[in-house]
Order: sequence, then structure tokens, then C-alpha cells
Amino acid sequence: MPAPSQPATFTRRRRPPGLGESVLRPDAPPKVTGEFAFSSDLHLDNMVWGKTVRSPHPAARIVSIDIGPALAMPGVHAVVTQDDLWGSRTYGLEHHDQPVFAHDVVRFHGEPIAAVAADHPELAARACAAITIEYDVLEPLVDAERAITAPPIHPDGNVFRHITLRHGDPEATGDVVVEGTYEVGMQDQAFLGPESGLAVPSEDGGVELYVATQWLHVDRDQIAACLNLPREKVRLSLAGTGGAFGGREDLSMQIHACLLALVTGRPVKMVYSREESFFGHVHRHPARIWFRHHARRDGTLVNVESRMVFDGGAYASSSTAVIANATCFAAGPYRVPNAKIDGWAVRTNNPPCGAMRGFGAVQTSFAAEAQMDKLAAALDMDPLELRLRNALRTHDQLLTGQVIIGVAPVEECIRACAELPMPPAAEPDADLMTLPGGAGRTALPHNVRRGVGFAVGFKNLAFSEGFDDYSSARVRLELGADGEPVAIVHVATAEVGQGFVTLAQQIARAELGVGTVLLHPADTQVGSAGSTSASRQTMVSGGAVQMACAGVREVVLERAALDLHLAPADMVLGDGEVTTKDGTSRVSLAEALRAGPVEAYREFHHAPTEPLDENGQGNAHWSFAFAAHRAVVDVDEELGLVRVVQMATAQDVGKALNPLAVTGQIEGGIAQGLGLAVMEEIVVADGRIRNPSFTDYLLPTPLDMPPVVQTWIEQPERGVPYGAKGVGEPPTISSTGAIVAAIRAATGRPLTRIPVRPDDIAL
Amino acid sequence: MSDDPGVSDALHDPTTDDSRGAQGFPRPDGDFPLATYLLSVNGRELPVDDAWIGESLLYVLRERLGQPGSKNACEQGECGSCSVLMDGALVASCCVLAADAVDATLTTVEGLTGGGGLSDVQRAFVEQGAVQCGFCIPGMIVAVTDLLDRSPAASELEMREAISGNLCRCTGYGRIVAAFHQVQQERADARA
Repeated sequence: MPAPSQPATFTRRRRPPGLGESVLRPDAPPKVTGEFAFSSDLHLDNMVWGKTVRSPHPAARIVSIDIGPALAMPGVHAVVTQDDLWGSRTYGLEHHDQPVFAHDVVRFHGEPIAAVAADHPELAARACAAITIEYDVLEPLVDAERAITAPPIHPDGNVFRHITLRHGDPEATGDVVVEGTYEVGMQDQAFLGPESGLAVPSEDGGVELYVATQWLHVDRDQIAACLNLPREKVRLSLAGTGGAFGGREDLSMQIHACLLALVTGRPVKMVYSREESFFGHVHRHPARIWFRHHARRDGTLVNVESRMVFDGGAYASSSTAVIANATCFAAGPYRVPNAKIDGWAVRTNNPPCGAMRGFGAVQTSFAAEAQMDKLAAALDMDPLELRLRNALRTHDQLLTGQVIIGVAPVEECIRACAELPMPPAAEPDADLMTLPGGAGRTALPHNVRRGVGFAVGFKNLAFSEGFDDYSSARVRLELGADGEPVAIVHVATAEVGQGFVTLAQQIARAELGVGTVLLHPADTQVGSAGSTSASRQTMVSGGAVQMACAGVREVVLERAALDLHLAPADMVLGDGEVTTKDGTSRVSLAEALRAGPVEAYREFHHAPTEPLDENGQGNAHWSFAFAAHRAVVDVDEELGLVRVVQMATAQDVGKALNPLAVTGQIEGGIAQGLGLAVMEEIVVADGRIRNPSFTDYLLPTPLDMPPVVQTWIEQPERGVPYGAKGVGEPPTISSTGAIVAAIRAATGRPLTRIPVRPDDIAL
Repeated sequence: MSDDPGVSDALHDPTTDDSRGAQGFPRPDGDFPLATYLLSVNGRELPVDDAWIGESLLYVLRERLGQPGSKNACEQGECGSCSVLMDGALVASCCVLAADAVDATLTTVEGLTGGGGLSDVQRAFVEQGAVQCGFCIPGMIVAVTDLLDRSPAASELEMREAISGNLCRCTGYGRIVAAFHQVQQERADARA
């Protein structure tokens, strides 16, 4: 794999490289020239611009809405509110509890109330401002713990889910006990491409939507229900998607744009501003987590007790699944025979929270890894030794009682990460730019202390708890205009930047022995691919493409065998030709396709899982991925400034199908973990977002992000296509905890809250 | 589907869409003072007719002149996705009024592609895996091209500082830095 920041070299080869090689992205050339059309780049001649009217209050009764002044403005084509919806007035990923437009009650700051369509975005903005809404402002419910017992702020109540996990003897005690309470701030996905798309009314009374999303089919179903249209009249196509990280799993502008298109009879383009984006999608749940760890004197974990409250904000989104992950993986990748864990995900008047990379495992990993360090200190034991002593292995039980049957190389990850090279020691005459806080004459070299921290994390891959998680693929093999075989792969998999477009081509080339693989645009004209989330597409959509290719190959072999008067079992499909296994006879693929194209449609369903029972027990998960992180930081204690000097990681990847893509996923995931550790937080005060901009919500820049040294544990997972595990989320799970551990090591401060702020260190 | 192997396009190629300049708004009234002017973009003089003077250079490039390569991710000059060169200076086009860019020589990402092929910077981004979602990439390409033209021997630290106004949420910047090194190496090899 490439060394940090150093260019990789590629051997030019005649044949397109296949699985396991660093194949380049097919969409990279148009992305570097600016030709690639993102969802905000779409254009039709007679389109109009949509814009959303949002509540300035986190809690209020709507007394009246006067859309008259906006409708009277020349160039304004429509103003829609809930009264204009002719289908379901609510939507949601798991529970349909979120109004498309708030009608009687507003439950969060920025909740949509109306939408307008106008000739120009500035006119649309002025029309929004011209709508008069009278509110009866209410006291917002903003304390997540109080929400459990407070009067309900929604007919469905304030508790989305309470998980009671009881494992082994929940009252078991150990010789050594450590306890702590931890807090996690609200992180934003901050994908760069804002929520956007183009809705086009179709002749059959339906609507076409070109949109950036993570899951076309679940968007379609929610839109169809709210517009009271049959699903087949709502056609979605994936538009160029500028990142997602969980934030596009819920709907944003989809229904509003489609409704405006149907009402105006014209194409409607909607593009959120950055400020609107902060209000327009769910965030990572803020959490408050209490832990008590029990261990024997030799460091063996005896019991883990925890109570945690995750603030889901105003609507359910995926809170019920997030809290399941948070509790199931609460203790980290360790053998824990006894556990007593209570997890709540609750409703408040804070911004809605849902999916973000790491999905519940991030919050508890930060807290649990802090506990492991605390326990090591109490035991006077090396923190790595403590982790190695308790590291999960195959055939161990999780807190849920589920036995891990797949690969679980926790020990290997820890050892490999610890062995990665350390950065050089800080030099007294180093460039000022490399000091914490940069070159602004802030930190002084003699005040800077270096610290090293370690953390280990894991989570489930793909969907859990009995969900029938699948993907569909249609693969067609035909002769192109030049007479050469071409494979066409049609999947609805949302490419959000992760690189499935590359992998789909790699798989089809490898399975069918063809050089040219075309990807049909992702749309709802093929079966669902499920969500681009939970690190699942390599496994689930990869599996569907592999199966569909196998279906095509079967027919090709039958044809060739028929030609040669042999049995298909005697034939193999190789590089552009079908040969007998002994190599004596061959039929070119082009020859076999002369009888016509071959097409196959397959679904890959992962092995079934079970719901959690009333004690939080059950075989709820399919596969797991693990990673260890080491952070080296420089800290100026007096100023509370931190610079991360180096990140090192060893990750369990099963099998790296595209090393360059894996490298990028790991570096990018660690950057988001770094953000949560030291800078990223949506500041919410009295239910209001105070920093909805990139001026005030700080993202890691190239100067904040250090080199990443990485290595992979490649032990193929059984029952998974090519043995490859998803790699997207593990980099984001324990990188945060490693950085905070390193700051603790440098400063001796407890640092129980992320992101770590200067005054947590300096005061 | 695009002719380009494996590349899905959304509706049509927006860069070849000449209809954008004809977009009808706004009507001439007191709230929307209008202006008609010429912009010099990538060596071409492009007319902007009856445009509201409040429109940013980014908006006019994207919505009126059929040049949507420059992206909008923050509209306040923080993210660098809209980076263009204005008389040779790197600017955030979201923070420049289009009508103020009259008489300036403008270069956008669309103007950095020589003769239909990729520039060395663009090719290095492709080859080093510097592109994931790609939304920040046009601005990155403009910023890195500008840096290497101004300061061919820039150190990695100088490079990180130079593009610290270009946010990328996908890559963690590692492969972008690698692409920078590749270009420096190739240019050094070519001189040798």
C-alpha cells in the first residue's frame, strides 16, 4: 500500500486490472475536469427554483400562515403547505412521525413549514420571507434525560426506544471498579455537496426526481406515500452525490420538490444553502453515557454496567437502530461475560439526529475506551496489555449473547497498530506552522507536550435485527458496436463517493472476463440495492453483482458447451473466451454472444438475523469489522491547543478488493474522527443551532489532518463475497478515542467530553 | 447513458448546454436592478444579459454561462469549492459579484483542461485516488494548479497551507497530497 502522502506507482498493463488491485475510478476523470454533473448542477430550460420556509423557533404552535403576499409576487409560481399534500402527511425511515410540513406544531428549529417555487433563487428567498407565520412560542424540551419523564411533545411519546440489555449475571462485581460519565457533542456529516435535486413532472401524472441520496428506493416509497402516487409513477435517478456519511439516508428536499413540480407542472430545482443544510438533515446523536467497569486483579473484565441517553431530537429517523448499536457494542471489542446496560433514545426539541458514519458505535466507543484506560491505570497495567487480555476472538460471545462465527482479529489489529512506525520527535526548530494553533505566534515550543493514545473499536456491518437486507443487480452481456463483448451492470446502489462504481466494474471484469463494463445509471427501474450505509455496499451490492454475473456466466457456458457438444461443467469462462478445462477447445466470448445477449437478475440477501429480545439478547447481527487506532498529539497546555501529529491504524478488512480505495476510506474516516475529537460540534443552545455555517462549524483542513500510517489485517470473511468486509466506518469509530487518549496522556486531564475544547485542557 | 465507459451522467452534459444564458429571470423592476455585461471566461467573451446585479460570479458561471464545474458548498468563502482564477489570483467566486468581474480574465476548472485531455494535475488526482465524491475537486484542482505554477518547489507543508482554504470531507487529504507530489516529481523528471 502507498506510504503516507507519497504517490503510488502503477504498472501499466494491457488488461484492465481486477479484484484486489488499485483500479482507478471511472468517474474520476469527469470529476477532475468539472464535467461530472452533481445534483446541484442539473438544469432544464423551463425549470423554476424551489425554496423552503423554516421555523425560527424550536417549539411553537402555529397560529396562522398567510401565503398571500408571496403568491402575489410576480415570478412566484406556487406556495405549498401541508394543506396541499394529498397523501400521507408524515414520513420517516422507520416510523412515519415527521411531518412533511409542520402544520399545527413546530418541534425543531428549522422545521419546514412551506415551500415556494419561483423564477430565480433570490426571488424564491424573498417569497419565503414574505410568508407571514404567526407563532405561539413554547418552552422547548431540550434536556434529553428530562425528556424520558417529561410530558410528550409528540403523539408518539418522547422515548423512541429503551433497550434493556442483561447478559450473564448483571450484578457480578469485580476486584477493581472504575466509573465515569462521558458526553458526546452533536457532529454534522458536512458532506460538501448540499442537498439538491431536480423534480420533473411526467406525462403520466407522476414525477421523476434526479437527486443525491443514499437509498433511492426508500426515498421513492416515502415520496409516493406522501403524494398518494403509485410507486411506479415516482421514478428516481441518482444524481451526482457530493458525499453522504449518513446524512442523506433521511429525506430532505425530495417531497417538497416533487410536490412543487406537480403543482406547477414545471421542473423544480432545489439546492440547499450550507445554512439550510445544517437544518435540513439529521446529525450524529449527542449522548451522555455512564459506565462502570468491573475487572479481576489480573485485568480480566467481569462486568460492564452502563446507562446512556441519546438525544434523537424532534423525530425518530433511525434513532431506534442507533441506540441498538450503541448498546450492543457498548463495551468495545472485548470479552465481557456479564453486562447490565440501559440505553434510551429520546425525543426533544433539539435538531433531529439519525445516521452518521459509525452509527451509535462512535459515541460508546469514546466512552468505553476512556474506561479501559482508566481501568488500566487502576490496575497499574499497560493499556494495550489490558486490551489484549480481553480482546474478542472468533467463537466469543458479544454482550448480546451472539457468538461471533466470523473473523475477529482484534488482537492482530492491536499488535499490528502498535508496531507501526512512530513519527519523529518534535524538533526545537520546527516550522511554526507545525505547532498547535499554527503560525500565529500562539504556542511556544517549550510549552508543547507530546502524548500518545490508543483505542480499539468495532461495529456491525450491514443491517441488523431481522431486517431483510438485500441488494439487486441486473447484468447483461452483449456485443458492442465494435463486435467486442460488453457487460452492462444495472444496480440502484447510490455512489456517494465510496467507490462502488469502481468495484462493480472490477467484479464484472473478474467474473465475466470482459474488458469493457458499463454502468447503467442508478435508478428505481431495477430492484432496491438497499442503503449506501452501514459499510454494506461492497458486501451486499457486491454480492448481487457477483451473483448476477454468475448467472450470465452459466448461460454463456451452456451455449459454448452446446457448440462443442460438451457439458457446461467441463467449461470455464476466462479472458474473453470459453475454454474446456483441459484447454483443448475454446469458443470466443464474442462467438458465444452471437446468438444474442445474455442477461441475469439476482438478489443477494445476507444471512438472516434476529430481533433483540427483552433482555437485549439475540443473534441480531451478521458480520463485524474491527480496527485499532494510535494517535500522537502535540498539546500546548496553557492555551489548550492540540495538533494531531500522526494517526496509525490497523484495520480488519477481510480482503482489500481495491487497495487504493481502502486507503482513501481509512484516511477520510479518520479525518472525521479527528474532527469529532477536537473541533466539530453543532452548538445547540435552547434548541437553536448557533453555528450553521462552515465559518463557525469547523472541519479539519489539510493543516489539521496529519499523515496516516495504515496496515490491514486480511483474513477473508466466510459467507461474504470475496471475503471482503466493508471498510467505511471502522476508521471513524475509535480514531476519536485514540486522539483524546493521547491528549490525556499529554496533559493528565480527564477529558470526558468530545469535542475537546481549549478550556477543557487549559482551565 | 454517457459514452464514457462506466460513467453515469445525470440528465445531460451541462457544460455543453448553451440554453442557460437564456434563462428568463428577472423581470426589470426596482427590487432587482439589472445589468448587461461581458465576462472573459477561459479565453472566451461571454455575454450576460439582463442579470440581477446581486448575482455572484459563481452563480453567473454556473447558472447563466453553462460552466457548472465550479461548485457551491458554503456560499461564504470558507470551503474553496468555487475557487477560480481572477486575473491570475485565486478567489472564491461565491464572494465576488459577477458584475465586478467585468474586465477581469477568469479561469475556471473548465479552462484547465488542455486539448480535451487532462492536465498533469488532473491526471495525478485520478491516478493517486485523490477523488472520492469529487465535489471539492474542481476547486482543489484550481488551487493546486495555481500553487504549482506560482511555487513549483513548494514543500508539503506549504502545499497543505496553500490548500487549507479548500475543504474535503471524503479523503482526509492524504491522496490529494500524494497527487501534488506526483506532479512535482513528473515536472522535475521532465526538466531533467
